[in-house]
Amino acid sequence: MNFEFSDEQNLLREQAQSFLADKCPLTAVRRVLDGDQPNDAQLWRGMVDLGWTATAIPEEFGGIGLGYLELCVLAEELGRSLAPTPFSSSVYLATEAILAFGTAKQKARYLPKLAAGEWVGTFAIAEGAGEPARSLKTKAKKGAIKGTKVPVPDGDVADFAIVLAKEDKKHASMYIVDLNGGGVKREVVPTLDPTRSHASIRFNDAAGELLGKEGKGWIQTEKLFNRAAVLFSFEQVGGAQAALNMAKQYALGRFAFGRPIASFQAIKHKLADMYIANTLAHSNCYYGAWALSTDASELPIAAATARVSATEAFHESSKENIQTHGGMGFTWEFDCHLYYRRAKLLSVNLGALPRWKDRLITAIEATN
Amino acid sequence: MDFNDTPEESLFRAEARDFLNAHAQLKNDSEPRAESETEYLARAKAWQKLKYENGWACLNWPKEYGGRDATAMQLIIWNQEESRYDVPTAPFAIGLGMCGPTMIAYASEQHKREMLPRMASGENIWCQLFSEPAGGSDLAALRTKAERVGDEWIINGQKIWTSGAHYSDWGILVTRSDPTVAKHKGLTFFFLNMRSPGVTVKPIKQISGDSNFNEVYFVDVRIPDAQRLGAVGQGWQVSLTTLMNERLAVGNAGGADFEDALALANAVKLDGAPAIRNQAVREKLADWYCQSSGLRFTNYRVISALSRGATPGPENSITKVVSAKKQQDIGSFGMDLMDMGGILMDPKRVPADLAFQQNFMGAPGYRIAGGTDEILRNIIAERVLGLPPDIRVDKNVPFNEIPRGS
Repeated sequence: MNFEFSDEQNLLREQAQSFLADKCPLTAVRRVLDGDQPNDAQLWRGMVDLGWTATAIPEEFGGIGLGYLELCVLAEELGRSLAPTPFSSSVYLATEAILAFGTAKQKARYLPKLAAGEWVGTFAIAEGAGEPARSLKTKAKKGAIKGTKVPVPDGDVADFAIVLAKEDKKHASMYIVDLNGGGVKREVVPTLDPTRSHASIRFNDAAGELLGKEGKGWIQTEKLFNRAAVLFSFEQVGGAQAALNMAKQYALGRFAFGRPIASFQAIKHKLADMYIANTLAHSNCYYGAWALSTDASELPIAAATARVSATEAFHESSKENIQTHGGMGFTWEFDCHLYYRRAKLLSVNLGALPRWKDRLITAIEATN
Repeated sequence: MDFNDTPEESLFRAEARDFLNAHAQLKNDSEPRAESETEYLARAKAWQKLKYENGWACLNWPKEYGGRDATAMQLIIWNQEESRYDVPTAPFAIGLGMCGPTMIAYASEQHKREMLPRMASGENIWCQLFSEPAGGSDLAALRTKAERVGDEWIINGQKIWTSGAHYSDWGILVTRSDPTVAKHKGLTFFFLNMRSPGVTVKPIKQISGDSNFNEVYFVDVRIPDAQRLGAVGQGWQVSLTTLMNERLAVGNAGGADFEDALALANAVKLDGAPAIRNQAVREKLADWYCQSSGLRFTNYRVISALSRGATPGPENSITKVVSAKKQQDIGSFGMDLMDMGGILMDPKRVPADLAFQQNFMGAPGYRIAGGTDEILRNIIAERVLGLPPDIRVDKNVPFNEIPRGS
């Protein structure tokens, strides 16, 4: 039994931690929150230079061919530091979609650019409030895309998007669309978490290049989201651990009634519950990492399990971190809200909790 | 990252399986038994003896005391394998899991060679005499009195929640030998023969109607000083050795779990359709699956650390807190799915052989035994997260001056 990351993977974690401690302290996250830049461009360049965008891409397509366990390690550290970059859109979504469904020609065209950070990709599915599966309106007619996608993560800075569009009532497909090409209009939209920019993109007969099989867009999305869910879960657990740590540090230093508030059981039990939620989620993420890295048939179950428990852990830890801080936790000045915002963004970005719980039971039923 | 044994682990597992296949039946293949406690104990003793004679008892104990000097990992592999078989091990859990390690740490060489092999072979069953009416979570508040007279100690007082005291041959006992010093400093630890004159065992009837625990009364019970474990006044340190092993021994609450709840949700109807089609039902099931899965893989991480020879981290401390609550919630949920019939305590009239009703009536005890939910959260907060202990009003106060309720 070896259910741990290897020494090499832990070394990668240490390197990532020291790089992010230096280049992505919370002051850097706040600069994006309070400023008018869509992300931290310098941090992003640093990550690209370290080869992070090339982690899981095979060497023949310009990657470094490390693998998914390494990518999970990076995801956890990026989540811990709340890194304000388009990494998740470009790596967990666009790169994964092209790796999974692209033709040899598409892989050769897109993957080297994604690996080198020359292009940023994203995935465009949402169309406002409500479950996309019930309300998809964006249409594809002979490769011409018409409709509006919102919110699209990093849609304001991405070079291309993989767009889910329908041919008819039942069938939808994935299309690669050049966001700098004709028939595309985009604008930044306000969201709950301004440290991660999102756009509204209007496609008016924009040219779409089919990705994967025609009419298989929903099945492909499900497959893509199972893979992305594991990676996002590591981000969520990293963030949850950081929020717990912040609450702990504050409780140790804050005195009330003549003693550190960390000595009150009401606070201790709160922090213990955060630890319990985070530990369950972390262990489920390990299972997800194993399934993702070995392409196991259990991936749908492992991904949903990691997704559900990591979403709950980050929600629990980020909201109770504010509570532990008392009134100061409710101020803009304190950093508690950065975790609270990110936790909510990551809890809905691949579809919300009730949907993933349902998916989990469906996946378990499928094995019986 | 993989789920496979190392070659050595794999050989050891095969060896364990060979023994188990030759002498026991897999749980799935076995029929339910109707047997008295006496019959169950006789079967348990026979199984323990067989294991002892073949080198499968108390694996991690030293050979000279009845073990085989196995590694922590080999012990885990044995436990994993043995748990798949229908074999009776419960009466020995406390003796082998807690009393034995305490004896190994503190008993004289002569006592270890005399007592431990008889414990390992199942000839003697041991119990742990710790909790008292006035000392549960606050164990060090215990009052059972020990007075030294020559080479003996005279014990007077009462213990409670003592599992298996009614069939135990020996017990480990913590007492107050000096009430004039601070409470943790005036304790002294012994082992004693449960058949000593003056020991009375009275079963406690639990809310479930079962009786697994006892009250144990001591009236002028005499214990030779040679049966003292640790120095006079060092009883708290010795108790911590026992409790550390309790945390390793007390694990998953068991009972009806996710799979049982899923099967029930498929079997019963809600609003005219199978309950499993109901979104609220599905979400609850998903939560329990994630908890079970999280505990399982947390355990795997601990085992991985052991497998490469490291000391496991504190991750496993969450097991009982999570699984006891889950056991209670699943019990209540299962009975709700049975609707008005949920209260029936007749296995012929409700599904799942009363497993959900048993969860419901057993879980309150599991949330308390071996460290309450609250004490375990304190342990996580203090030992894992490093938060300060609560401020103690009874610290450095002589025990006999500490205020007590009526």
